[in-house]
Amino acid sequence: MANTQSMCTSFLGELMLGQHQFGTSTIVSRGSLTSPATDTVKAALYLASATVNASTTVYSSTNEVTGTNYTAGGVTVTNATAPTSTNSSSTAGVGYWTPSASITYTNVTLSTAFDTVLLYNSTQSNKAISVHTFGSQTVTAGTFTLTMPSNTTSTALIRLATT
Amino acid sequence: MLVNTIHGEMDDSLLEKKEGSLDNDIEFTTWTEYWLNEELVHRSVHVTLKTSPFTALEAASIG
Repeated sequence: MANTQSMCTSFLGELMLGQHQFGTSTIVSRGSLTSPATDTVKAALYLASATVNASTTVYSSTNEVTGTNYTAGGVTVTNATAPTSTNSSSTAGVGYWTPSASITYTNVTLSTAFDTVLLYNSTQSNKAISVHTFGSQTVTAGTFTLTMPSNTTSTALIRLATT
Repeated sequence: MLVNTIHGEMDDSLLEKKEGSLDNDIEFTTWTEYWLNEELVHRSVHVTLKTSPFTALEAASIG
């Protein structure tokens, strides 16, 4: 089996149901929820032998990396920039979002090869958001840093576009 | 410079340093290793993501 870089399909439906919220906003009242708080996004690392892909619906510790100073579930993603959207034409546009800082696992030893990070919403029952793959790595008494792409319509970490 | 290793902090002058990189359409990655007597005692990795999943949304025609 192998991991596959992809958006998690469940996330798309959950977006339409309002089960994810990356930034604060003011909305027409849903009871008292006129200004909901931002959900917490976390980032978990997975072994190269795992099967994490578009079918992943929630975070699972199965085949997650283990090792010194790595806590199951991973680390909290810094999210200081709310999602935004831009029209590219009268019929098309892009909504996009990128974590506002690098994702860092400090002073860890991860001896078994890993190649995937899963972003998931820890506030909303650990629902999966997206899967990102990279070349297989190990870390020994060191730091693993994932630096984000630029937060633009063409390079943001998560992009939803109309066609 | 002190380096964190599996044996605790060590001066880098005692260690052999090896560096590598990977550059493709998905990522630019660099890694730094320190070796002591042919034993890997430290390895750090820095992955810079270039691309990401892209999801297109399309409204279906009615009628």
